[in-house]
Amino acid sequence: MLSRTAGDLFWTGRYVERADFVSRLMDATLRLAALPSSYGGDIGAWSGALAAAGVAAAYSDRHPDLGERTALQFMSLDPDNPSSMRCCIERARQNARAVRTALTVEVWEAINAAWLDVQRFGTMLESRPALLRLVESVKAAALAFDGATHRTMLRDKSYWFLRLGAALERADNTARLLDVKYHLLLPRDEPVGGSLDYFQWTTILRTVSALTAYHHVYRDSVKPWLVADLLILNRRMPRSLAACMNDAVRYLDLLAQESGRRGPAQRAAVALSSRLAHGDMDAIFAAGLHEYIGDFLTENSRLAASVMSQYQF
Amino acid sequence: MDGRSAFDEMGAAPGSPAYAAVRAWLDETPADYLQTRRAQAELFFRRIGITFAVYGDAQAAERLIPFDIIPRIISRAEWSLLERGLSQRVAALNAFLKDVYGGREILRAGLIPEELLLHNPQFCLGAVGRRPPYDIYTHVAGIDIVRTGPDTFYVLEDNVRTPSGVSYMLENRDVMMRLLPELFDRHRVAPVETYPELLYATLQSVAPPRCRGEPTVAVLTPGHHNSAYYEHSFLADKMGVELVEGSDLFVREDILYMRTTEGPMRIDVLYRRVDDAFLDPLVFRPDSALGVPGIMSAYATGNLAIANAVGTGIADDKAIYSYMPEIVRFYTGEAPLLENVPTWRCREPEALAYVLAHLNELVVKEVDGSGGYGMLIGPHASRAELDAFADRLKADPARFIAQPTLALSTCPTLVEEGVAPRHVDLRPFVLTGRHGTRIVPGGLTRVALTPGSLVVNSSQGGGTKDTWVLDD
Repeated sequence: MLSRTAGDLFWTGRYVERADFVSRLMDATLRLAALPSSYGGDIGAWSGALAAAGVAAAYSDRHPDLGERTALQFMSLDPDNPSSMRCCIERARQNARAVRTALTVEVWEAINAAWLDVQRFGTMLESRPALLRLVESVKAAALAFDGATHRTMLRDKSYWFLRLGAALERADNTARLLDVKYHLLLPRDEPVGGSLDYFQWTTILRTVSALTAYHHVYRDSVKPWLVADLLILNRRMPRSLAACMNDAVRYLDLLAQESGRRGPAQRAAVALSSRLAHGDMDAIFAAGLHEYIGDFLTENSRLAASVMSQYQF
Repeated sequence: MDGRSAFDEMGAAPGSPAYAAVRAWLDETPADYLQTRRAQAELFFRRIGITFAVYGDAQAAERLIPFDIIPRIISRAEWSLLERGLSQRVAALNAFLKDVYGGREILRAGLIPEELLLHNPQFCLGAVGRRPPYDIYTHVAGIDIVRTGPDTFYVLEDNVRTPSGVSYMLENRDVMMRLLPELFDRHRVAPVETYPELLYATLQSVAPPRCRGEPTVAVLTPGHHNSAYYEHSFLADKMGVELVEGSDLFVREDILYMRTTEGPMRIDVLYRRVDDAFLDPLVFRPDSALGVPGIMSAYATGNLAIANAVGTGIADDKAIYSYMPEIVRFYTGEAPLLENVPTWRCREPEALAYVLAHLNELVVKEVDGSGGYGMLIGPHASRAELDAFADRLKADPARFIAQPTLALSTCPTLVEEGVAPRHVDLRPFVLTGRHGTRIVPGGLTRVALTPGSLVVNSSQGGGTKDTWVLDD
């Protein structure tokens, strides 16, 4: 496979995943921001969302004040924000268009339809109902895209590079969300169910579409340390760091089998994954959740860089 | 020229027997059904992303070519004539190219003025004495055919460099089969879907003789900003080969490689959709970022086949075109089966005088132009346009040829007001490999959507139709 093709597939996977994350983040933040301020429903909800999307600095460069409307516009349709939903879909499509031959018709149609759909919203957000339609549309696009890749693509290098990009992006998103909200997840002595932070925790779970999953897994009321466990160590939860690294290891292994060569990318992924597999929440809390997440973000970026250098894109 | 005086291929009722079933279908189908189907076709094309970029139009970076859902019909008898004529013509073109870059017997025979050939900007010095594998130069030719009467077909242009449009031929058929299955119940339409396979076989067959094992083929595109990028990716996909850009390639020790995730991989046959001038910055334009330094030495050494070969532009020069009847006779020893449009070579003083005196009746084209750019259609030009063009013509007559304004045939076409006749042409695609010539039955029909317009080029707002060769 051409190195350029591998790179374009990797980034297509990343951008679709990022679009999906930003849409869920906005969805969850809208709910949180609509609550009375004593429940966490204040403008802080939006500064948290901007930070979790990794665009807090880009936002403050352009807008001196934090406002809900400006934040909504910035994260949804703003052409100047490379992580706005619109830009993510546009870039995913640009990358996909450059590698049409590596994709099935169904996958291409899914991404092209998403782009045509997002274009209808223009570059200025009209209203809140328009935003909700946009969020739904992007979520549906990511599902259609994943469905089309799963159902129609050959299990070969094209598929693995696409999924590898998605796995690394997904890990990055979950880790950034944790990085912003970590202080809410520290174990504390509080009466169970009595905390006003409940809505913060459920916002986190909603962002990674795991609110229902949480109850299935723990059969317990929402407790912050269990939320952290679910998002970091629980392999059954597809957006957890452990599950994402597990996926990354698998796709990198398949790529290595195909070429008969293992390299720095494979080694880095195995190291990250096994650290998560042997992780223990008590130990993580003891050593510092914030530091743990920060380290993971650094290691994950290094992993992406070594994938790019190993496959020369 | 307008639809009334032109030959209509369906004809007034009862009209052409080949069109009988289409006529019946048009008669019994409500107009709004046709419009609905047309809208659906457009939706299909937009979803699949079959778009076309028009140079000089920044708004329309990705534009759809209008698609007309009424098929253009060619009877089997008409097609057989075309098929024989096309094979003959492309064989002559290949023989001409081999001769031009080899022994130049045609000059010794005195059939073509020497300076027209050797001083022609399309004459490629880099190709002299370099024989491509099996002496095949134009592996893919798109020959533009127009029709003016029941049995009168003319070749309007030979496109033997990097002709495009074949993806529309294939996608048009696909969309028609999805949208109008009832029409296929009534007709036996010759399939065109084998084209990508035939193209692949053609390309593999011309791999350099020293290539061992299965030859590796790749399609070279200038990139996604090119107007025909969709087609490049479409063909690479259907053939199952890599679509490469210049930056993906490099030459080491006269061998062409592509950069892959598994390291360098050798290429034996390059189907390039990049013009000669941009192929190799070491030999041609030094500022080209689209090509590959050293690719010409890989070609010259016999390690690489390039399709189409370098230097074919000389054969679709429009001044050379005017000699095609002589060229066909000279190399095949047969009378040409397809006629040439009478052509005035403005480089000749008497011809120039005639053209200047009759400018308002003629079509004037640049000898190396394509895509309908820079041409004058006398009957449709204003006084000021005619005067301006006359000045260009006088300044550099050798750059132009002129032809009579042909009454191109018309076909029923769905427009805003309903079904109306519109002028059409036809571009069949002729493949030439080591084992001979193959033509899929059909081609790309282009249609001028503006009433009375004779300009069918998609860059000038023309549309396309599915083209059906029917078994009688």
